[in-house]
Amino acid sequence: MVEGDRMATAAAHRTAHADGAAQEDTSAFQAAFDAAVAAEERIEPRDWMPDAYRATLVRQIAQHAHSEIIGMQPEANWITRAPSLRRKAILMAKVQDEAGHGLYLYSAAETLGTGRDELLDKLHTGRQKYSSIFNYPTLTWADVGAIGWLVDGAAITNQVPLCRCSYGPYARAMVRICKEESFHQRQGYELLLSLSRGTAEQHAMAQDAVDRWWWPSLMMFGPPDDESAHSAQSMAWKIKRHSNDELRQRFVDICVPQAESLGLTLPDPALVWNEERGHHDFGPIDWTEFHDVLKGNGPCNDQRIARRRQAHDEGAWVREAAAAHAAKHGNAGTGATHA
Amino acid sequence: MTNTDWPLWEVFVRSRRGLSHTHAGSLHAPDAELALRNARDLYTRRGEGVSIWVVPSSAITASSPDEKDPFFEPAADKPYRHPTFYDIPEGVKHL
Amino acid sequence: MTATVHTSAALALGDDALVLSHRLGEWAGLAPVLEEEVALANIALDLLGQARVLLSMVGDEDELAYLREERAFRNLQLVEQPNGDFAHTIARQLYFSTYQRLLYGRLAEGQGEFAGLAAKAVKEVAYHQDHAEQWTLRLGDGTDLSHERMSRACESLWRFTGEMFLPVEGVDVDWAGMKDAWLESVSDVLRRATLEVPQGPQSGAWTAGAGRQGLHTESFGRMLAEMQHLHRSHPGATW
Repeated sequence: MVEGDRMATAAAHRTAHADGAAQEDTSAFQAAFDAAVAAEERIEPRDWMPDAYRATLVRQIAQHAHSEIIGMQPEANWITRAPSLRRKAILMAKVQDEAGHGLYLYSAAETLGTGRDELLDKLHTGRQKYSSIFNYPTLTWADVGAIGWLVDGAAITNQVPLCRCSYGPYARAMVRICKEESFHQRQGYELLLSLSRGTAEQHAMAQDAVDRWWWPSLMMFGPPDDESAHSAQSMAWKIKRHSNDELRQRFVDICVPQAESLGLTLPDPALVWNEERGHHDFGPIDWTEFHDVLKGNGPCNDQRIARRRQAHDEGAWVREAAAAHAAKHGNAGTGATHA
Repeated sequence: MTNTDWPLWEVFVRSRRGLSHTHAGSLHAPDAELALRNARDLYTRRGEGVSIWVVPSSAITASSPDEKDPFFEPAADKPYRHPTFYDIPEGVKHL
Repeated sequence: MTATVHTSAALALGDDALVLSHRLGEWAGLAPVLEEEVALANIALDLLGQARVLLSMVGDEDELAYLREERAFRNLQLVEQPNGDFAHTIARQLYFSTYQRLLYGRLAEGQGEFAGLAAKAVKEVAYHQDHAEQWTLRLGDGTDLSHERMSRACESLWRFTGEMFLPVEGVDVDWAGMKDAWLESVSDVLRRATLEVPQGPQSGAWTAGAGRQGLHTESFGRMLAEMQHLHRSHPGATW
């Protein structure tokens, strides 16, 4: 069922049930919803919610889920070449976590009435997006470290506030994810530290990776506040807790001393501490690149989606086999099982 | 989901003796056996779980605590609206 | 590290785990369903953990993994086989994890150098075997297509199974007894999955003791090249 049709059905339900009093009921629901959000209470799956709130959440949670799944690819790219067994184990665990995070998030999105198959279909056909950062390639082993330090770092900066998002299942999924994510960032940082302190070639590899991933990481926070169309409503609904620029600034301030400890430089000559503001000033972001990559012209856009579709399409016979088996043996979700 | 039918299951985990099972989330599986194993993998791989229950979402009946609750959703008694709860006639496109 | 470590034995068991873990790692991002991403990674991580313990009994784990050449690896030819489709991977898992569970079960009961590892590993591989069984049943007794694929996979890997029961020096178990138990267990699963138990030979004259003697297959060399390349490119570096 297309999202719009489902909303219409739901609306028809309410109208049909509360015939005649529909308008009044809706505004009472709206008032209660607004009050709950204002009071920092959680909205739960069976609560009434504005259709636009539901639609915005489905889109945001789904795109977050898609990002986790697509995000597996640039890192999985290095599993078979990991240069030590310990690093290999860490990387495999990290990529596994990302699959798990995607699953938690699809689960949260489904509480809003959209099935995973439908969401995946939207990803595969480009109707829903994923974080643009994953359209960049991992060219060297050091990129794995840069992703852990910068990309996961930026994700954490974004995600911690979401643990207080107004929608219960999303907030709870975020709590689970944040707990696991801090290990990812630490591992990335540590990987870069080893390289930075290693041979001259390793140090150069680390610096090169940071030079390529820094600006795209800043772009992860989205366009500047004055160009961000939907932010105001998302803030009002407490789906979004801080502005793009605010989070970007927070991230920069955290990274500068970390870069120093790493013995690596950040590729921004304008990066300097501003005593008056109490923050680091930083140089202009190339928003043309951001929009270009967002539109599909990034280095890896086609490749990422093609790979995802390949996995999905080639897996169809497996999923069908399991479903057929369940149908034959009458075990297809007809009762509770415990262990 | 369409012809590759992997329905939705709710997962409950009891992480220690003395506690009760709490709702951990959901997952898709074709049958109870795989649901249990997937739940173990997804929700307890950090050693968090001792006992796991998996229940098909369609088997859960939910109610609102208070009928006068302004949030009472009259349409269903399901834990949440999910496409598998709608009966879709065969052969209908785009559903 | 205990007093006597049979180098060959630790390498044999360790290489089995190392190589199979590597093959499973190749599924990352390509699994047929997201839930399987987590399951396959779990198995790969368990195996990698076992490999690290076993290799460390012999020497430096990374030196052994990254600086030995093809002819020095002691893994079974079974585990180095390319993943193929999911049926192929599951058939390989069924054959190997059944063997591993029997082997570690016996080693855990003994007093030898592998007893400690085996006691822990047997719980892990019990799960691996269960996973393989569940999928063998679903693929064998699923759709016509899955049945055909699974059947083909079981047949094509059968000839690599004999090697698992060639005695390994330093591993004190009843190999013949293990082979019988293995055959009984695997046959039972295959039959329940509506699959034929393959009738062909479990080894060829040319494969006798092959992997264990460092004679591998062509794809193994390519796998090693990919695995070792980065490490070898920076001699002496720490990661």
